[in-house]
Amino acid sequence: MAFTFAAFCYMLSLVLCAALIFFAIWHIIAFDELRTDFKSPIDQCNPVHARERLRNIERICFLLRKLVLPEYSIHSLFCVMFLCAQEWLTLGLNVPLLFYHFWRYFHCPADSSELAYDPPAVMNADTLSYCQKEAWCKLAFYLLSFFYYLYCMIYTLVSS
Amino acid sequence: MITAHQGCMVPEEVYHKDPQVKEGMQFGDYVNNRASSAPTPLSSTSDDEEEEEEDEEAGVDSSSTTSSASPMPNSYDALEGGCYPDMLSSSASSPAPDPVPEPDPTPALTTSQSSKIAKPFGYGYPTLQPGYQNATPPLTSGAQPSNTVYPGFQQYAQQYPAVNQLSSSLGGLSLQSSPPPESLRPVNLTQERNILPPTPVWAPVPNLNLDLKKLNCSPDSFRCTLTNIPQTQALLNKAKLPLGLLLHPFRDLTQLPVITSNTIVRCRSCRTYINPFVSFIDQRRWKCNLCYRVNDVPEEFMYNPLTRSYGEPHKRPEVQNATVEFIASSDYMLRPPQPAVYLFVLDVSHNAVEAGYLKILCQSLLENLDKLPGDSRTRIGFITFDSTIHFYNLQEGLSQPQMLIVSDIDDVFLPTPDSLLVNLYESKELIKDLLNALPNMFTNTRETHSALGPALQAAFKLMSPTGGRVSVFQTQLPSLGAGLLQSREDPNQRSSTKVVQHLGPATDFYKKLALDCSGQQTAVDLFLLSSQYSDLASLACMSKYSAGCVYYYPSFHTTHNPSQAEKLQKDLKRYFTRKIGFEAVMRIRCTKGLSMHTFHGNFFVRSTDLLSLANINPDAGFAVQLSIEESLADTSLVCFQTALLYTSSKGERRIRVHTLCLPVVNSLADVYAGADVQAAICLLANMAVDRSISSSLSDARDALVNAVVDSLSAYGSTVPHLQHSGLMAPTSLRLFPLYVLALLKQKAFRTGTSTRLDDRVYAMCQIKCQPLVHLMKMIHPNLYRIDRLTDEGAVHVNDRVVPQPPLQKLSAEKLTREGALLMDCGSVFYIWIGKGCDNNFIEDVLGFPDFASIPQKMSHLPELGTLSSERARSFITWLKENRPLSPILHVVKDESPAKMEFFQHLIEDRTEAALSYYEFLLHIHQQICK
Repeated sequence: MAFTFAAFCYMLSLVLCAALIFFAIWHIIAFDELRTDFKSPIDQCNPVHARERLRNIERICFLLRKLVLPEYSIHSLFCVMFLCAQEWLTLGLNVPLLFYHFWRYFHCPADSSELAYDPPAVMNADTLSYCQKEAWCKLAFYLLSFFYYLYCMIYTLVSS
Repeated sequence: MITAHQGCMVPEEVYHKDPQVKEGMQFGDYVNNRASSAPTPLSSTSDDEEEEEEDEEAGVDSSSTTSSASPMPNSYDALEGGCYPDMLSSSASSPAPDPVPEPDPTPALTTSQSSKIAKPFGYGYPTLQPGYQNATPPLTSGAQPSNTVYPGFQQYAQQYPAVNQLSSSLGGLSLQSSPPPESLRPVNLTQERNILPPTPVWAPVPNLNLDLKKLNCSPDSFRCTLTNIPQTQALLNKAKLPLGLLLHPFRDLTQLPVITSNTIVRCRSCRTYINPFVSFIDQRRWKCNLCYRVNDVPEEFMYNPLTRSYGEPHKRPEVQNATVEFIASSDYMLRPPQPAVYLFVLDVSHNAVEAGYLKILCQSLLENLDKLPGDSRTRIGFITFDSTIHFYNLQEGLSQPQMLIVSDIDDVFLPTPDSLLVNLYESKELIKDLLNALPNMFTNTRETHSALGPALQAAFKLMSPTGGRVSVFQTQLPSLGAGLLQSREDPNQRSSTKVVQHLGPATDFYKKLALDCSGQQTAVDLFLLSSQYSDLASLACMSKYSAGCVYYYPSFHTTHNPSQAEKLQKDLKRYFTRKIGFEAVMRIRCTKGLSMHTFHGNFFVRSTDLLSLANINPDAGFAVQLSIEESLADTSLVCFQTALLYTSSKGERRIRVHTLCLPVVNSLADVYAGADVQAAICLLANMAVDRSISSSLSDARDALVNAVVDSLSAYGSTVPHLQHSGLMAPTSLRLFPLYVLALLKQKAFRTGTSTRLDDRVYAMCQIKCQPLVHLMKMIHPNLYRIDRLTDEGAVHVNDRVVPQPPLQKLSAEKLTREGALLMDCGSVFYIWIGKGCDNNFIEDVLGFPDFASIPQKMSHLPELGTLSSERARSFITWLKENRPLSPILHVVKDESPAKMEFFQHLIEDRTEAALSYYEFLLHIHQQICK
């Protein structure tokens, strides 16, 4: 029983992973909210509702945008920590997602800094369903990795 | 019905040829609707009280519910009962009882209703079906339907036509495979020299049975890229053709049934409006054609005001017309409908004054002040700006307009919020004074800066309480305050073949502003009149997301460029007088199994199938991409329904509904047979614009070429027995490569030819928001030879003989030295005069003795009394009709420098930067064989 750096990494990532799971769930809810307007059709056509709905969309998009960087940086932090702790298998499991995040972040259309989760762009059924799927996949990944980190943490604590 | 096309400029309320009636209809509240619908025998108006009256009478002699047994196939006679208020009493008291004995199940309820609702409701229902008209005997008031000669028993036998239609259309589908349709005949493109047909290309007619064909929505309003919908996504993927809808929902119509009724019949689960393609299961129930839910027919719907008969729900106007307009009840408005509000935001910096647009604008507005759509509540306001923002207090009672200057552009406030937007009628004199004074107020200005952003913020604040339309006139790059822009164009890169940058916005200020405006039901229309780069890519965002429109006049100057000035004047006239709908939403529904994913046009998508349109105008077009999520194997027909809910300029809430019905097929050959090449090309153009902004222009160009290569190679693989010597295409797609080549040479997508960035972006904006008819002319101009116009095959429009010369292909080989050709590019007309052109023609049509004396700049045809002049002018006038943008005419001499403008439209020819049509075909062929 020894408290190694690897064990510390796993502990920290456990906590942060919980945060990521929370983010993913929030994303799923947010995209669902964007996709469906829960008002009755007649209400939807009401100009007053239109204003509320638009504000809502803008608020959600604003939050989504705010969450991009924390999520990506937390995940990159994992990778750096596992690299330092020389946990190659765990690192290997995380690298694909890391590259995906990099691609998402830098593969923005030219000329604009704020095009990620831009209200007019995100309100497209195709984009929304893609984002929704992405969020579900991430949720699954984070959940699995949560239990994996838990296992690894106990394993490192016990084995050494 | 197709001839309705001719008179599209007429406001929609006008559906009568009678000029006297038109006058009244302009003010189209529904009292007028009724009054005008009275003269036509087929139109009927009814109102609630009268309806009850009928019901009760019917109740008296209740004998049978089976109206099928009653000998009344289509008794239009009963319609005469003009239902406008003054006639009401007479018709109500007239002894003529409804000849069809009907029971009235709930007399007590209906009477209570009639007492409750004092406001008359009724139908303004114009004549629509000529077939019926012929069958109907002349009407005399009070004639008994039972006396009429029955037009035919078969109509009568069809109790529930929709059911029969469904089954017979099934039959039609199975028959279809026996003789291969003409549209499927393989064409060898590389050997076919004259691929372009001599007559304009018409939309393919969906392969439905005759009844449904007659009922289907006009292709001008609603078109699908595949008129035969593939059964599964797999089949669609195999066909490699885009699937989508092209919409022109608010088109000016000459005939439109307007329906007022208490209950608008809609499906209870998917909220589809009842339409001609639903099926009636029995008297009391109908099955929704989109979600297949069985709904009850409401009591009110059982009564048909058109025939004044009971128990024939399938003869109601809603079920007889694919395009109808409902006047919505109060359920559809939770706030009172907004008045028409117009705000003008005008650039008055030195640059703007120099260009001199103010004079044209004020003049045009003065002339059309009374024609602005609206009612007594109409409001109007003006803001001008240079480096400061000027407001105009026009409150009635003032002796002259008061100018209020706000110089704090970082924090804009409204000096007197209540008196800046004023009632048009109360303050008319002040407004006229202002419009007369404005052009000269800033003549000596030295202010060169332009604070567009703050001016727009002020406009937004001013419009927030009501919503409405903001018209922005801008002549340069905004250089002060929020939303200032820098020049991003590098003139050396204009003809670059590699990367075209800066197609997207530089700042999201305008986009955010547009979204805010959209939330407050305000649309921003942009008129950009500039001679230099003004970053349209950023500025256009203000219109794109607020459902406005963009007009661009490059190198505008009143004196140096008179043709542009004239164009502005004509465009403004159309802009001021065309119909307008406020606080609109549009929802598109489609049969279960299909789903929409991407929308194109100017709007904001509020939830995945609801487009929020602050304003809707008759010149706006939309496109939607579709995918097939579930197999459509268990249905033979699919339907699409567009419902546009808007507030008319008279403060009425109205719903315009279009329904399109298409057959489903399960073989690849049928999918190709039903391809609509023009719709497909317009959808591809829209997709390519998105692609070039989100990715890059070269990606978009590649995607366009791949679209042809993929679809033609997919077609090639379905017909294995064909010799593979050439490039084969089905007849329906034979113009596909030509149109794609035309797109690649379009200003929006061309590379290698010098194109100003703003021109390119404007072309993209137009692709996104022009309806199909106009877009096609822009993509592939029409070329006619006009020096030998004859009356052969001429059509008659409003007592004018319009010659119909054959279309020529867009190639220099058609430019004979002896000829004169007219090219119709949508917003520009060119008349090219050959060197050896017949002097008679030049003299008779252009009014000059010979070729040498024709001036370099000529933009009018003189009104000469000669036959050829009359023919040419009537042809050009006919072409000019029904355009959202009035075209300018250029007479181009064979040797003048301006001929380059003309030659760039000859898309079948080779240029330094692009392939000729034949080379393009070879290129495609090569790609397919690879």
